[in-house]
Amino acid sequence: MKKTGAQILCECLVREGVEVIFGYPGGAVLPLYDTLPQYPQLRHVLVRHEQCAAHAADGYARATGRTGVCLATSGPGATNLVTGIANAYLDSSPMVAITGQVATPFIGKDAFQEIDITGITLPITKHNYLVLNAADMSKVVREAFYIAGAGRPGPVLIDIPRDVFQQETEFIYPERVDLPGYKPRLFGHPTQIKKAAELINGAHKPLIIAGRGVIISKAFAELRELAEKAQIPVVTTLLGIGCFPETHVLSFGWLGMHGMVYANKAVQDADVIVAIGMRFDDRATGMVSSFAPKAQIIHIDIDPAEIGKNVRVDVPIVGDVKNVLQVLNEQIIPKEHMEWLSQLEQWREEHPALTVRETECLIPQYVIRQIYEVTHGEAIVVTGVGQNQMWAAQFFFYDKPNSLISSGGLGTMGFELPGAIGAKIGRPEETVWCIAGDGGFQMTIQELATIVQEGLDIKIAIINNGYLGMVRQWQQLFYGRRYVHTRLWGPDFVKIADAYGIAALRVTDKKLVTSAIEKAMEHRGPFLIDFVVEPEECVFPIVPPGAALTQFIEMPQEDRVSSQSQQQR
Amino acid sequence: MKTTKHTLVALVEDKPGVLNRIASLFRRRNFNIESIAVGQSEQSGLSRMTIVVDGDDAKIEQVRKQLDKVVEVIKIMDITDEESVARELALIKVRATPSTRGEIIQIVDIFRANIVDVAVDSLIVEVTGDEDKVDSLIELLRGFGIRELTRTGRIALTRGSAGPLLVEEPKEVKVLRQPLKPPREETESPPDW
Ligand SMILES: Cc1ncc(C[n+]2csc(CCOP(=O)(O)OP(=O)(O)O)c2C)c(N)n1
Ligand SMILES: [Mg+2]
Repeated sequence: MKKTGAQILCECLVREGVEVIFGYPGGAVLPLYDTLPQYPQLRHVLVRHEQCAAHAADGYARATGRTGVCLATSGPGATNLVTGIANAYLDSSPMVAITGQVATPFIGKDAFQEIDITGITLPITKHNYLVLNAADMSKVVREAFYIAGAGRPGPVLIDIPRDVFQQETEFIYPERVDLPGYKPRLFGHPTQIKKAAELINGAHKPLIIAGRGVIISKAFAELRELAEKAQIPVVTTLLGIGCFPETHVLSFGWLGMHGMVYANKAVQDADVIVAIGMRFDDRATGMVSSFAPKAQIIHIDIDPAEIGKNVRVDVPIVGDVKNVLQVLNEQIIPKEHMEWLSQLEQWREEHPALTVRETECLIPQYVIRQIYEVTHGEAIVVTGVGQNQMWAAQFFFYDKPNSLISSGGLGTMGFELPGAIGAKIGRPEETVWCIAGDGGFQMTIQELATIVQEGLDIKIAIINNGYLGMVRQWQQLFYGRRYVHTRLWGPDFVKIADAYGIAALRVTDKKLVTSAIEKAMEHRGPFLIDFVVEPEECVFPIVPPGAALTQFIEMPQEDRVSSQSQQQR
Repeated sequence: MKTTKHTLVALVEDKPGVLNRIASLFRRRNFNIESIAVGQSEQSGLSRMTIVVDGDDAKIEQVRKQLDKVVEVIKIMDITDEESVARELALIKVRATPSTRGEIIQIVDIFRANIVDVAVDSLIVEVTGDEDKVDSLIELLRGFGIRELTRTGRIALTRGSAGPLLVEEPKEVKVLRQPLKPPREETESPPDW
């Protein structure tokens, strides 16, 4: 049967199991928008800025593991997607971004709202397509979804000229995807797995470093089996949080710049490291030349290009984490590492990073801990970037699989609100808490309207320190306390929420934190709390940029909270 | 840090934008591509590409792995250490006066090159061979005055009957061999938040 390009696209989306599209219309995609009502299975969420369409698709993808879809018109619509696509690319989030393009006769002529979006997104997509014939549509869409989700996931962009949406052609759905140039290796090499098992079985101070790859591969049970079988302590990366229960006896927090001292010490002292689905990012390793000096490293990753990229690896295993661990676990001999584990316990006691200190005033760590207490950890937390992100990662304990969603690789402020929208739509039955910075929140604040229009029950906590806090912290620690352009005026967030029709509260008094969070939880529908916290609180511990993981700075002993910092904001 | 001249050969889909994707991965790492030659291969729809690039071994291996992930790249290999045949073609327009013409023709003969165009005051010489041969001929002709010069860059095939770049299912996953414990390298200071 003949169908238009737009209909074929929709048919394909339905066949891919797409349930929601985050989008924003415009001239070049009008034929597609005109077709959408014929496909009521495809829910369309109208965002207020295309960047947020990409972030929401990304949040949806992270929360569900399914490919997120975003849609924008040509020109400015397409360029607005760019940050969101890059964000998904760096954190390996499966996404298909669809952009309209000017009609084919106008391509290359600087026509109205023409931009070379396939050129622009070349380095931030796994692959991209310009569809010049409706006849190619079904094949392209099929391939795009395959590429986005297969192997190491990532974004794929499809650019479609307006006239291609309108062209009529026979609709043939390709049964198979045939891409000779893209065949991810899913199973680890048996010899390498055997070597890894031998190394683990002979280790005295083994350590697992688990990353987001475990979450993507849904290898939660396999990871746990490995850890428990051989009593191997587990530290995660920031994006790996939620791949192993944080209250488990074998869990020792996360490593890196703001990681726990005991996690970093464990890395530096381990004799065998099993790095699983992680990529040795510089924020995680500190100075590379002094990273894990005593360890033989086993690196399990689905992306061969990650192996040996940043650190030297002794046993590389390319494959899907779940598959590899299933085979590996069979070869692991049960063991106890009493001495090593008690060493780690001792470090944990000596460097307690996660106790909220007693204060009169309202500190952000306390806010996060109370959200944890009130929700009993039963929530998906979506964070902004900066101090709020680090505190959210530190002071909430993530026991539920895949319960923290955060922009890691790109560190995109403003991800929190649209990211939470995507997460809530993907997992509507879960409580979603958006932990926002006052800076980041103001970058995508307009999405409050989307929340209301879609009736999304999202709880928002603004960690309002009146600063671009993380940058201010660097200025404080590394730039002689010169706070150049990091003081941040903000509007009355409660009034803003009110104007959008969202219930809201301001909390300045520590004693009211818990009841405010309870109130938000009891409230049906979105709720915003503006937590006006200590302005000059710092995130500790911190490993200064370029330093080794052992060169951490902990919170100074003297109570930092002085009257001076309690001044009027 | 060891840097050598590497020859990469790739079998790629013959589609628009492929060259751009490949070049862009080199550009991002600030590699200067010395030469790149693309043309049809023995299989329809596929092109064979020969890329010559100078760089440190580990970094080239990293780019090679990245290139391998490009969807349109069917296969890519670093054949620097393989037994292979490499050739390039150069066209050299050299000044020729009645008094120098004979001498030039002699040199061209010795190199088994050809004269493919004759004008009143110049000749175009065509030469095929490995880079050394082409370089030496150019050096010799320089004395007469080279007006214009163009080289194709290297094209290469590995020796033996079964080329490693035939399209077929890999029988066994190639295991990466890495030196046991080279000192860890420090990257430049990491970017700020
Ligand atoms: C889009 C973007 N611009 C700039 C930065 C640099 N940056 C990192 S953290 C930060 C401060 C964030 O301020 P806020 O959202 O208030 O969070 P806080 O650190 O105060 O919790 C800035 C500006 C960034 N990460 N992303
Ligand atoms: Mg702030």
